[in-house]
Amino acid sequence: MKPPIFEYFRPKSIEEAVSVRADHDYSAILAGGQSLIPTMNFRIANPTAIIDISRIDSLAEYRIDDSQIVIGAMVRQRDIELSDSVYKVHPLIRETLEHVAHVPIRCRGTVAGSLAHADAAAELPALLLVSNGCVVAHSASGARIIDANELFQFHMTTSLADNEIITEVRIPVMHDDAGWAFLEFTRRHGDYAVAGVAVILRFSEDGICEESSIASCGIGSRAVRLPEAEAVLLGKKLDSNIINEASQAGKEYVSAADDTHATTEFRQHVLSTILSRAINIAKSRARYGSE
Amino acid sequence: MSTRTFGERVQRNNDERLLTGGGRYVDDIPLPGALHVAFVRSPYARAKILSMDTSLAKSRPGVVEVYTCNDIGALDTEMPLLIPHPSLHSPKTQRPLARDDVFYVGQTVAMVVAVDRYVAEDATRLVDIEYSEPQECNIEIEEAISDDAPRVHDDVPNNVAAHCIQVSGDPEEAFAKAEHFTKVKVRVDRSTAAPMECRAVAARFDSVSGELTIWDGTQAPISVRGGIASIFNLDEDKVRVIAPDVGGGFGQKVLLFYPDELLVPFAAMSLSRPVKYIEDRTENFLGSTQERTQIHEVELAANKDGVVLGLKDNFLHDTGAFIPYGIAVAQVASTAIMGPYRIPNSRVEYKAVYTPIVPVTPYRGCGRPHACFAIERAMDQLAEELGLDRFEVRRRNLIGDDEFPYERPNLLFADGLAVIYDSGQYSKALDMIIESINLEDFKAKQKLALDEGRYLGLGLSFYVEATGIGPYEGGHVKVHPITGKVYVNTGLTTQGQGHETVFAQIVADQLGVSPEDVILVEGDTGAFDWGVATYASRAAVVSGNAIHMAAEKARNIVLEAASNMLEASVDDLELQDGKVNVKGSDVSVGLAAVATACNPLRYAFNEAAQAATQFAPAARSDEPALGDGRAPGIETTEYYAPPHAAWAYGVHAAIVEVDPGLCSIDINRYICVHDCGNMINPTIVEGQVMGGVAQGMGGAFYERCEFDSEGNPRNANFMDFLVPYATEVPKVELHHIETPSPLNPLGVKGVGEAGTIPVAPVIASAIEDALKPLGVEKLHHVPLSPNSIYEALSVAREKNII
Ligand SMILES: Cc1cc2nc3c(=O)[nH]c(=O)nc-3n(C[C@H](O)[C@H](O)[C@H](O)COP(=O)(O)OP(=O)(O)OC[C@H]3O[C@@H](n4cnc5c(N)ncnc54)[C@H](O)[C@@H]3O)c2cc1C
Repeated sequence: MKPPIFEYFRPKSIEEAVSVRADHDYSAILAGGQSLIPTMNFRIANPTAIIDISRIDSLAEYRIDDSQIVIGAMVRQRDIELSDSVYKVHPLIRETLEHVAHVPIRCRGTVAGSLAHADAAAELPALLLVSNGCVVAHSASGARIIDANELFQFHMTTSLADNEIITEVRIPVMHDDAGWAFLEFTRRHGDYAVAGVAVILRFSEDGICEESSIASCGIGSRAVRLPEAEAVLLGKKLDSNIINEASQAGKEYVSAADDTHATTEFRQHVLSTILSRAINIAKSRARYGSE
Repeated sequence: MSTRTFGERVQRNNDERLLTGGGRYVDDIPLPGALHVAFVRSPYARAKILSMDTSLAKSRPGVVEVYTCNDIGALDTEMPLLIPHPSLHSPKTQRPLARDDVFYVGQTVAMVVAVDRYVAEDATRLVDIEYSEPQECNIEIEEAISDDAPRVHDDVPNNVAAHCIQVSGDPEEAFAKAEHFTKVKVRVDRSTAAPMECRAVAARFDSVSGELTIWDGTQAPISVRGGIASIFNLDEDKVRVIAPDVGGGFGQKVLLFYPDELLVPFAAMSLSRPVKYIEDRTENFLGSTQERTQIHEVELAANKDGVVLGLKDNFLHDTGAFIPYGIAVAQVASTAIMGPYRIPNSRVEYKAVYTPIVPVTPYRGCGRPHACFAIERAMDQLAEELGLDRFEVRRRNLIGDDEFPYERPNLLFADGLAVIYDSGQYSKALDMIIESINLEDFKAKQKLALDEGRYLGLGLSFYVEATGIGPYEGGHVKVHPITGKVYVNTGLTTQGQGHETVFAQIVADQLGVSPEDVILVEGDTGAFDWGVATYASRAAVVSGNAIHMAAEKARNIVLEAASNMLEASVDDLELQDGKVNVKGSDVSVGLAAVATACNPLRYAFNEAAQAATQFAPAARSDEPALGDGRAPGIETTEYYAPPHAAWAYGVHAAIVEVDPGLCSIDINRYICVHDCGNMINPTIVEGQVMGGVAQGMGGAFYERCEFDSEGNPRNANFMDFLVPYATEVPKVELHHIETPSPLNPLGVKGVGEAGTIPVAPVIASAIEDALKPLGVEKLHHVPLSPNSIYEALSVAREKNII
C-alpha cells in the first residue's frame, strides 16, 4: 500500500496550477487527500504528478451572494457544514454533509474534492444535482461552467478534462419556503450510501407541490436525478398514495448490481423507504407542505 | 498501608504511555540500514506455477535481493504442523514460498528485499510468474466434500483433512427415549481478527556473536524462538525473540510460522543486514489467517417439559487451504456445543474441510461462537416448538450449583484433557438477567410498540468458555536491591489486555508494595524463556497463578531475612508500603535493604551495600556467605500447570428494535451477566468483556470475509469488510458474579474471549423475536445484515403484510 514514484508540485496561484497541469499528461489535484491518497496507495490511481492546491489562498474561501453560495476548491467540508450563514440560505447542505464520512475526514476533505472524485455513492454529488448547482473549471485556456447534470459521468469519472481544475462550486440558495431532506441508508454510521436521497420541495399556498427536485446516490454508476419520481409529485397534494407512487417510481432508477452490501432488489426496497420518508420530511418542513 | 489490590479497580498503568504515542511496536524499533520486504502473492486460488523470472525485478535500482522457493535452501519445505491429532489424517501445511502450486489467492510466491517498501512494492510488479489456467475450485464446504468436487490437494479425497467423532453418555438411548426432537441447521461465516496493528517481523543477525534477534508482533515469542532455533539449526540461546508492544492479536498472531517469520530472519542472515516486514492491511486480509465458517446440524432429543436428554451435532469446519494449527478450532466447537446445559448424552461428529482460501487458525472465541450459536438457536427453537418460555427451557437444563465439578465423560478438550466444568452459578446468572431486563415491563413495551407499528424484540444467549488451559507458564519475581522495585517476568505476552496492571496487583499484594512499583517485562526471551503463549483466555489463570506462587515464595524469603535483621519473629512482621514492619511498633526495614542484605557483597557502593558486605558488623564471619541451598537476593521462579480448563460462563440479552423499512436494527439495551471467577481488576474485566461484545457485534451483523466462486476475496479492505465503529457497538450493561475456580490458588478464570461468544445468537434471537408478528424466517446464518433480514421477510412480503 505504497504509491509508485510521482512528482510533487505546490503552486501558489491558479495560473501556476493550470500550467503545471497542462505540462503533465497524468496529473492529479491534491485537495484534502481523503480519497486521492488511498487510491494512490492501493495503486488504483498512479498519477505521475501531484498538484497540491492547498497553498492557493483564493481557493480557501467561500461566500454567499444574493442567489448562490460560492465555495472555493480548498474549502473543507466541515467548514461549510458548520457555517450558519450557509445553513440559513441552504439548510440541506448541512444535513447532507452530516452524512459524509466522519468528522476528522470532513475536517480535511473538501466539497470540491468530493465532487471531482465523483464516487457513485458519495452524498455531495446528489446535493449538487438536487440543488441545480455547478462547478467552475479552469484550464490554461480559461474557465468554464459545468452544470451538475453534465459533471457526473460514471463512478469516479467526471466530464472534467485532464487539464482542468475545479476552482469553485456554486450552489443556488434555496427558496425560504422550500422543504428539504437528506436521508440515506448505510451499513455503518458515516459510510458511503448504500442508497441516499436528497429532496427539495415547494408548495403553493393551497398545498399543491409546485417544485420538486429529487436526487439519489449509491444506486447506480453515478448520482442521478429521479425525474419520474419528481413528476409524480408535481401539481399534486401529497397524500400517502402519491408519496408511495413516487417512491415506487424512484425504485426504477436503481441500476447497481448486487454487491457485498445489498442486492439490487434490497437496494430498491431501501430506496423506496428512504424516498418516501424524505418526501414526508421535506413536506413537513416546507412552508405550505401541510397547508 | 497494606490494602489488598486484588479485586480493586486499579488504573491500567500502561494507558498513558500508549495513549500518548509512547508505544513501541515492531515498526518503531530503530534498525539503521534496515531493508524492507514486499511479497509477490498468488493472484489465483488454485493454479500451477509454470515459470518464475526475477531478473527484471533484481535489476531495479534499490532492489537488494529477490527470493523464490529456489533461493531459500532448507527453508523450502512445508512449515510445521503445530498441533497434530489422531483425527487429523491428512494434514497439509504451507511452504514459505510456493513451489509448483498455489493454493489460495494471496499465498506468498516470491519475496523482494529492497531499500524501502516503496521500491519493494514497485519491484513485486516486475517479478514474472507464469501460471497455468486457474484450476477449478470450490469454496463451499458442503460441496467441497462431495466425491467429484475439485480437490485443493490432489492426494486428499473429498477435501477432508480431519474426521472426528466424540461421544459422551449414551446418545442412542437418549434419542430412543425422548418425546420431542428439535433440529436446526446453522451457519457461521468467515471473518478475520483485524487487529489494529497488522503483523510485523524484523530481524538482525550479529555475525560476530552469532546472535539472531527477531522482533515479532506475535502472541508466542518463546515458541517462535524454539521453532526458529530448530529450523535454522541454531543454539536456542543464540536466538532472541522479542514481542514489543503489539497492537491486538485476537489469535491471528498465535500461529507460527507465517512465511515472513522465517523468511525475514533468513534474509537478515544471508544479506547481513537488518530486514523488516511490516504487513499492510491488504496483506493482512490476503495472507494472515481467518476463522469461523462452520455449518452445524444440531438435533436435540428432549422431553415435553423441555429437558434435553441428548444432542447430536454434525458439523463441517472450513480450514482453508492448509491446517497448520491442527483442528483446535473444530475441537473447541465440538466440546463447547452443550453449553451450560446438563445434556448428559451427546454425539458430535465433524469434518475439517480444505478450501482454496486463506487458512484458518483460532480467532477470539475459537470455535465457541459457532457452537454457542448452534446450541442457543436450538434452545430457542425447542422452546418455541414446545410452547415454553425461552428462559424457562434454559433453566430446566442448566447444570445446578451443586453438580460441580460437572464432567462430560469421554470428551476431550482441545488440550487433550477432560471436559470438567469446575464451578458456576448458572441459575443465578439467569435470575440476574431476567431481573435486569425487567421481563414483564419489556413485554408490555413490546406490545405497546407493536400497536404503533414498531418492532421490538428480546434476544438472549448463554455461553460457557473453557479458559486457562495448559500446558504451563512461569512467573519470575525479583526485588531490586537498590530501588526496592519488583521486577516480574512471564513467558507469554500482552497485546494490550493489561497484563502489566493485573500481574502487578498480584505481586503487590504479596510484597506490600504499590502496583506502580512492580514492573512487568514479558514477551522477551532474553528476559524469561520458559513458557508457551497467549491464547485461550489463559494469561491471568496460568501466568497469573505462576506469578502469584513466585511472589508468595519471595514474600517468605523477605520475611525470613527481615526476621533475622529485625530480630523479630516472622509472625510479628507485616509487609507494607515497601517495608517490613514489626507489628505495633515503628521498627521497620525497607524492601530494598532486605534485598541487599540477602545478597552478600564484597564491594560497598552505597550505605545499604556497606551493611551487606562480609566485613560489616552485622555479618557473621564463621559461616559461608550463603547458607545451604540459598540463592543470593530475593529472586524466585515458579510454574503453574492447570489440571484442566477453568470454565467461565455468562448470559447476554439485548432489546433490539427492527425497522422493516430499512431492515436495520437499533439496539436499545445490551445486558451481560458474566462470571470469570475472582476478578483481579473489575475495570480490566469490563474492558475485556466490552471489547469482546464489540467484536461479537462484528460477527453478528457486520464482519464477513467474502469470496467469489473462484476464491477471490471480494472485500479485502476496511471499506467493505465492516468492522463495527463505536457507533455500531451498543452500550453494555454489565453485571458480575464471582464464583471462584477451585482449580487454582487465585480462584480465577479467563475472560479474554468471553464477550465475543454469545453476541450472534443474542442478536439473531432478538431480531427474530421482534419480527415474529410479521412471520420472519429463522435467522440461522450469521453475520446477519439488513439484506438478510430483508430476505427473511420475503414470505411476509408475499402475503403483503409489509
Ligand atoms: C474513512 C473514509 C470514509 C469516507 N466516507 C465518505 C462518505 O461516506 N461519503 C463521501 O462522500 N465521502 C467519503 N469519504 C471521502 C471524503 O469525503 C473525501 O474527502 C472526498 O471524497 C474527497 O475530497 P478531498 O478534498 O479529500 O479530495 P482529494 O482526496 O484530495 O481528491 C479526490 C479526487 O478529486 C480530485 N480533485 C480534488 N480536488 C480537485 C479540484 N479542485 N479539481 C479537480 N480535481 C480535484 C483529485 O485529483 C482526486 O482524484 C470518506 C473518506 C474516508 C477516508
